[in-house]
Amino acid sequence: MNWQAVKAIYYFEMARFFRTLLQSFLSPVLSTSLYFVVFGAAIGSRMQEVDGVPYGAFIVPGLIMLSVMTQATSNASFGIYFPKFIGTIYELLSAPVNFLEIVIGYVGAAATKALFIGVVILITAALFVDLTIQAPLAMLAFLVLTCLSFALMGFIIGIWAGNFEQLQLVPLLVVTPLVFLGGSFYSISMLPPVWQAISYFNPVVYLISGFRWAFFGIADVPIGLGLLAITTFTAACIGAIWWIFRTGWRIRQ
Amino acid sequence: MNTIVDIQNLRKIYDGGPLGTFEALKGADLQIKEGEILALLGPNGAGKTTLISTVCGITRATSGKITVGGHDVVSEFRAARRMIGLVPQEITLEPFEKVMRTVRFSRGLFGLPKNDAFVEDVLRKLSLYDKKDNKIMELSGGMKRRVLIAKALAHEPRVLFLDEPSAGVDVELRKGMWDVVRSLRDQGVTIILTTHYIEEAEQMADRVAVISKGQILLVEDKDALMARMSQKELTIELAEPLNAIPDALCAYGLELGRDGTTLRYSYDGKAERKGIRRLLNELDSAGIAMRDLKTQQTNLEEIFVGLVKDDNP
Repeated sequence: MNWQAVKAIYYFEMARFFRTLLQSFLSPVLSTSLYFVVFGAAIGSRMQEVDGVPYGAFIVPGLIMLSVMTQATSNASFGIYFPKFIGTIYELLSAPVNFLEIVIGYVGAAATKALFIGVVILITAALFVDLTIQAPLAMLAFLVLTCLSFALMGFIIGIWAGNFEQLQLVPLLVVTPLVFLGGSFYSISMLPPVWQAISYFNPVVYLISGFRWAFFGIADVPIGLGLLAITTFTAACIGAIWWIFRTGWRIRQ
Repeated sequence: MNTIVDIQNLRKIYDGGPLGTFEALKGADLQIKEGEILALLGPNGAGKTTLISTVCGITRATSGKITVGGHDVVSEFRAARRMIGLVPQEITLEPFEKVMRTVRFSRGLFGLPKNDAFVEDVLRKLSLYDKKDNKIMELSGGMKRRVLIAKALAHEPRVLFLDEPSAGVDVELRKGMWDVVRSLRDQGVTIILTTHYIEEAEQMADRVAVISKGQILLVEDKDALMARMSQKELTIELAEPLNAIPDALCAYGLELGRDGTTLRYSYDGKAERKGIRRLLNELDSAGIAMRDLKTQQTNLEEIFVGLVKDDNP
């Protein structure tokens, strides 16, 4: 393993994040605060508790997941698309690195950024509502795995994308709807039976449910199923990336 | 001298796209000797960049074999690529990055531990040291090109590929770059440069390779090539204009200038009997008075144009 290269890529990508730290830091804090003002204070006070959890607290895991998933995806996709777009990818392709080192560098950095934002949102949320975390280790595991798997997916999108529009397409048209319909702001059990059945085809449901379980001990689907879903998704992404580098698809002619 | 880069029967076919398949390299063979400066000349689309890209790992060969320092570029890609530095044709740099950081990144990417003293030394040699904390976007075109060279040198390569290094660089800067390249060669770095400026090859190269339509037409010592291929031309300025070349001088294949005041005689510069003295004597006997004489040697550019023209009838 060329760990020097992994380190070089990781630090180079993290430097991009720290260059715009205020932006990276401020925007999740601001949007979370807005969600709490609207859903927590304005609407939340008129909502019933969900499974014994006040609505303001209930939405926290979903909110974190929403940001973490979109941030991990867009950071990783941009991270690899940008060198492709401006041409600096030549250096990566001519360097003594294999696909694993490239992926660890780029995906690791994107996942770290998403994790950082997730933690910032958690801290911000704690300022607005009373939060208890029943299974901190499980919470952390879900958070890290989500950051990683969505960064992996973002990496694939970045390699696939031929222009900036396509780069935005998947996060906007796939990730955001899946997260909103994945029970970020409600329990699946609140839906009519038909929509409940449909929801079980949404992989994000399993992640949010598992993550929420780590906070409050309540879940829409069994926790083991949640873990299985995220592990399968991660493995599928790694498999796809391995294939991309083996065939040189969209990166090496 | 040992062969450091060995390219054997290299073929590259680009397929797909609206233009269908395109064979960019058709069995190219090239052996590059350790420590030399080799100029790779060829018209646009000849396959120069494809050849370099395939050696460096940016493009995959359709067939053929390449070794660098004895390491196969596919099966032993790590060992092979560690030896290679590449300066691409296009200026491709992250505009918001600082010079120092982007060069440091290149070093790390090639698996070497951080060594800022070395990186700063590279920047100093390329007159970039005082710009090390500037963002790339703040640099001029020539400086950006030197940053690309610094990036390629950051991991102490044994072989350096320079793809059109002086495109868009002014004369002074170009000369400065040549000095850098020569000093690298003196340190034992093998240099392969592709260029459109034949003058550059003429000034710098030890050997010249000519590529056209995906094949290496020739590889030869530059001086030997110029001597072998060179034609000389004698221009005779006449005191009085001539209407036609006298019959007695037909055998010389003379050309009469448009206004009839000059005669041009082409001869082989390497020949033992060049026929100049005989020609001058015969001009004298024919009563043609001369005002001046001038000889000229063909340069590499004319040799190159001649070669490629022969290949593209």
